[in-house]
Amino acid sequence: MFDKGKMTQIKEGVKAFEEKTQKSLEKRPERQEKFYTGSGDEVNRLYTPVDLEDFDYNEELGLPGQYPYTRGAQPTMYRGRLWTMRMYAGFATAEESNKRYKYLIEQGSMGLSVAFDLPTQIGYDSDHSLSEGEVGKVGVAIDSLADMELLFDGIPLDKVSTSMTINAPASVLLAMYIAVGEKQGVSPDKLRGTIQNDILKEYIARGTYIFPTEPSMRLITNIFEYCSKEVPKWNTISISGYHIREAGSTAAQEVGFTLADGIAYVDAAIKAGLDVDSFAPRLSFFFNAHNDLLEEVAKFRAARRLWAKIMKERFGAKQANSMRLKFHTQTGGSTLTAQQPENNIVRVAIQTLAAVLGGTQSLHTNSKDEALALPTEDSVRVALRTQQIVAYESGVTNTVDPLAGSYYIEAKTKEIEDRAMEYIKKIDEIGGAPRAIDMGYIQQEIMDAAYQYQKEVESNDRIVVGMNKFQIEEEAPKGLLRVDPSVGKLQKDKLAKLRNERDNGAVKEKLEALKKACEGNDNLMPFILDAVRVYGTLGEICGVMREVFGEYQQSVNL
Amino acid sequence: MDRPIRVLVAKPGLDGHDRGAKVIARALRDAGMEVIYTGLRQTPEQIVSAAIQEDVNVVAMSILSGAHNTLLPKVVELLNAEGADDVLVVGGGVIPDDDIPFLKEKGIAEVFTPGTPTQVTIDYIRDNVANK
Repeated sequence: MFDKGKMTQIKEGVKAFEEKTQKSLEKRPERQEKFYTGSGDEVNRLYTPVDLEDFDYNEELGLPGQYPYTRGAQPTMYRGRLWTMRMYAGFATAEESNKRYKYLIEQGSMGLSVAFDLPTQIGYDSDHSLSEGEVGKVGVAIDSLADMELLFDGIPLDKVSTSMTINAPASVLLAMYIAVGEKQGVSPDKLRGTIQNDILKEYIARGTYIFPTEPSMRLITNIFEYCSKEVPKWNTISISGYHIREAGSTAAQEVGFTLADGIAYVDAAIKAGLDVDSFAPRLSFFFNAHNDLLEEVAKFRAARRLWAKIMKERFGAKQANSMRLKFHTQTGGSTLTAQQPENNIVRVAIQTLAAVLGGTQSLHTNSKDEALALPTEDSVRVALRTQQIVAYESGVTNTVDPLAGSYYIEAKTKEIEDRAMEYIKKIDEIGGAPRAIDMGYIQQEIMDAAYQYQKEVESNDRIVVGMNKFQIEEEAPKGLLRVDPSVGKLQKDKLAKLRNERDNGAVKEKLEALKKACEGNDNLMPFILDAVRVYGTLGEICGVMREVFGEYQQSVNL
Repeated sequence: MDRPIRVLVAKPGLDGHDRGAKVIARALRDAGMEVIYTGLRQTPEQIVSAAIQEDVNVVAMSILSGAHNTLLPKVVELLNAEGADDVLVVGGGVIPDDDIPFLKEKGIAEVFTPGTPTQVTIDYIRDNVANK
């Protein structure tokens, strides 16, 4: 960046500055002996061109919309189009959630994001014994195509893009979405949206797995292949660091472990005979935004650069779109406090800035009451307004990647990239992400970081405002959202009626065909779609797959 | 007490958020207790059977799915049915304050909500296991 003469001058200046400062510290010490990022990495007092001595602008940054995409996925970023404000929502029944979606669209939400209840995420119908007490609690209960039709009633699927947080049974929910489209007269090639479909991070951190690794990877590559032909605008996977971070990882671990998972999916698809450029453009990512604004911005930029290099150099991708990392962001749920919940609005605003300054393609902002319960309509509105204020009032959207060139941001971006790469190398040595997960390596690393964080909070080395400092006496918050406990019963009754009225002969036939397909090597998507169309339930379809594939056994370690 | 306090840290229900469970398990272990962690998705029956098999003094359950009112009382019920009513049962997770009186009435001795320092839980267990 600087010629040799200038650099020598700057170095001398910095050296003199540090010496002088060091002396004055004896009289007036800084607030702390050392300073750390939110992830616990030490931060220097000052960053200067000396920290970027070998920095090559063209190689490290380039231009927005160009390799290595450090400066952004698109050339004009938010000048062209704002990020998609996508609020994750869903609870109780399909009818109830449908109302919330229509409300969100009315309030300026630009895309839907469906939260499913836990039985749906684990492939059980609402009348299964393990579903007791869980139906409709953390998301909407979907048992069959009939529920899905109600969920999207009056919402034209060619006009919205829909993200579905569904993993182990992603193929089934995608099939239901395709079938709803068919009923609305919308062909699959017009459907836009994303399924999370990221099983590896379920094993690592989120926990809604069903099948063992191998059949799970088959289902995922089946989806890649099917969508590349039939549903070309669909993002077939959202490779997620979000939950890894929520489980307690550092920023660098979030990038390293997520991209290691990404490598495993690309490997699996190539092994299944797919050409890298046929599916890679539809891969998308999902990251967390925590409170350390500058560290987070650097993290997003580092992730983009590293993935571009991996796709080009490791996998020989040729298309620009295969190297371009696009991502969704959610603000950090684990950063919210149950104490003085209003303070969470401020945390979410900072995290929103981090995501936007980091170049996110879409964003969900958490509501202030989410450390206590599912959010109410009012608190969701404030969360959405937070995005709108950043979009329309803050000015950070006016220019592309405005923090680029900051000595600190660029040094930090490089540092996170290097650390993430070290994790990827280590995972390569172990034999790839699936193996590293089976061994518990990734979980152990995350847990160590989580426990370290907890100890820092409890020793007050780390301040969480309102929780371990600046506390007040508070009354229990009022007006939290409660899911009506009758949802379970309601859903069971609907199922009983469905099982009574549908063509059970056709269901049996389609489930048997699916079973045969599972035992063979065909792409499973068409078989799942057939079963869904005749109102085979999620539990029945996943039941067939459980029978053939078995279930994943978690490695439990502390 | 001659032997260390034995604790079963359990995850009832279907949610996969085990950061809290694992952090508590480590903290209790570092405080000198013997800790067994069940892993995810344990039914009340599985939890009780593990508690009896491991002969624990405490069952500490972490739940973030919202199914606490259904699942936690069931564990107490089954423990009592097995004659293990001397086991101290505590819970934690995203549990609204309004639900706590109901849970206590059903035999959950204490409920620790988000932001509780692990030391508070450790002290509570030490003080109350002795009383049982």
